[in-house]
Amino acid sequence: MCAKRSMSVLWPALNGIGSRFIQANCPLKCHFIARPFSIHTSRPRRPSSIIPRPVRYSSSKADSSELAKTSLYDLHAEYGAKFVPFGGYSMPVQYKDMSIIESHNWTREKASLFDVGHMVQHEFNGPGAEAFLQTITPSSLSTLKQYHSTLSCLLHPQTGGIVDDTVITRLPYGVRPSTQDKFYVVTNVGCREKDRAYLAAQLEAWNKANSDSVEWTVLEDRGLIAVQGPKSSKVLLSCLTEDTRLKVESLYFGQSTYAVFTGGNFEVLVSRGGYTGEDGFEISIPANEVKNQVTIMLRNEPDLRLAGLGARDTLRLEAGMCLYGHDLDDSTTPVEAALSWIVGKDRREKGGFHGDSVIMQQLKKKSEGGGVFRRRVGFIVEGAPAREGAEIVNEAGEKIGNITSGCPSPVLKKNIAMGYIKDGLHKAGTEVEVVVRGKRRKATVTKMPFVPSKYHKAPSGK
Amino acid sequence: MVARLLVAHGARQLTSSAVRRPASFFPSTCQRWQKASAQHRLFSVSAAVKAKQYTEDHEWIELSPDGKTCILGISDYAAKQLGDVVYIELPQLDMEISAGDAIGAVESVKSASDILTPIGGKVVDRNGVLEEKPGTVNRDPEGDGWIAKIEVEGKPEGKLMSKEEYTAFTEEV
Repeated sequence: MCAKRSMSVLWPALNGIGSRFIQANCPLKCHFIARPFSIHTSRPRRPSSIIPRPVRYSSSKADSSELAKTSLYDLHAEYGAKFVPFGGYSMPVQYKDMSIIESHNWTREKASLFDVGHMVQHEFNGPGAEAFLQTITPSSLSTLKQYHSTLSCLLHPQTGGIVDDTVITRLPYGVRPSTQDKFYVVTNVGCREKDRAYLAAQLEAWNKANSDSVEWTVLEDRGLIAVQGPKSSKVLLSCLTEDTRLKVESLYFGQSTYAVFTGGNFEVLVSRGGYTGEDGFEISIPANEVKNQVTIMLRNEPDLRLAGLGARDTLRLEAGMCLYGHDLDDSTTPVEAALSWIVGKDRREKGGFHGDSVIMQQLKKKSEGGGVFRRRVGFIVEGAPAREGAEIVNEAGEKIGNITSGCPSPVLKKNIAMGYIKDGLHKAGTEVEVVVRGKRRKATVTKMPFVPSKYHKAPSGK
Repeated sequence: MVARLLVAHGARQLTSSAVRRPASFFPSTCQRWQKASAQHRLFSVSAAVKAKQYTEDHEWIELSPDGKTCILGISDYAAKQLGDVVYIELPQLDMEISAGDAIGAVESVKSASDILTPIGGKVVDRNGVLEEKPGTVNRDPEGDGWIAKIEVEGKPEGKLMSKEEYTAFTEEV
């Protein structure tokens, strides 16, 4: 009984293994968790405990022993990780030597290593791969060069709602260099089963209707780590062989290359980018090599520390990035989510992707019947932090939107949040109110990112 | 330390001179003091009740010797588990409360948690220091980081544990 309310208002409370632990909210992408608990702030408050009891969610399994582990689980434990169930995995939320704020600031000042091995890595190849992916995403993949990546999303047919957000990279297929391509796609663990069913159905339909076949592989044998922060480049480069070091050094944001760790006889895929707003890299490594490699990196690099889901969430919020299941869901279109930029230029006229009629109409000017009813924006909230589910109201107290993510910003020392607000009220500087625990608090619509991003971008802007 | 806090606040808040504790202990005052406690046995408040007690929801309460008021806060264990506390929602002064009510909230980076009271009554004081320095709850949750003072009405509800029982409770979960 006690746990109910804090679950509902706040965050999906994930409990530490076997203990009624801190409500580490689900920093990443388990979208099943939060939805059923949307709050009605007008309702009288129900009691909840300081530390809620373990509660089972539809996305979590009965107990921790059934949770999957990434290749780095034992290493996390050695470093004093506090684990939480997340998307069916037992994942570190923070480590004993640093609070979430300390870990957050460490990432902004030095470099942190995140285990993202729970995320799902896919490969699509075959003559129809590009065309297939262009039907299920609004991205302009035909203009995406080899070794380049783009943020994208999988779309529901007709509605244009977002099935999942994803990053797609074009890579050479087979022996390199190759004129044949494949696509490397990373999706969220919280959507694993939904994505699997969606992709299987989409692919079956595609292969039935097209002679250009597509082959889809889930890369079960790969781990994934992210090194993020201003020192990430220095840290990573010092671990690589000399010739691959040069290739990685020359990468700009959104570019990838294969590289080899010193002393390693295996290849890794290094992509420059990440989920913190800092310069950084995501590295896909053979699963059986991850632990050894990360152990070496942590031992040799005093500027590199492990960081968990807790810091990952506050970092991505400061960077204004969406978390599927919270800021995005099946009913949200890219235009509503302020992600219109992922709809490729050449695709805005011709369409040819799921939900194209809806999305292309929304992209039109208001005078042409376009636009949307709600938009994702950022807020700075006074007083108490506004969390997921909090209502946004106007001066008259009428509901005009709701918060989908929020936390105190360790860098700004202000409460930041993102949420959906009625179209027309979405301009930066608009003053609104947010209801937290029945009380109205002042909030201002604010441009995102809240903390300026520091990507290592190519000079020409592309 | 906690006892000192209790006395200090007790002294400031209580209006009855019978229970006001002077700076120095005159025998007569001591007697009055004892009398006050003795009186409370009639209301079945035993001496043990005056020690800090803990709820399963990780709050603590400490009743004044006369049993008329109590101070409430969150446990060391809770403060540790919550991590960096960034905001405390304090209860309204003079708010009438019932056992089980959420009287405020503790916000850490990752979560907000209600503060529940195991006892009913009226809020007669709140720790204003926490508005400026919420981190006090992390530093000294069972002392300087107290949350509220309640003029007690009725008995506590739900399971209350001694320090030892509570420690065992947090270790078993």
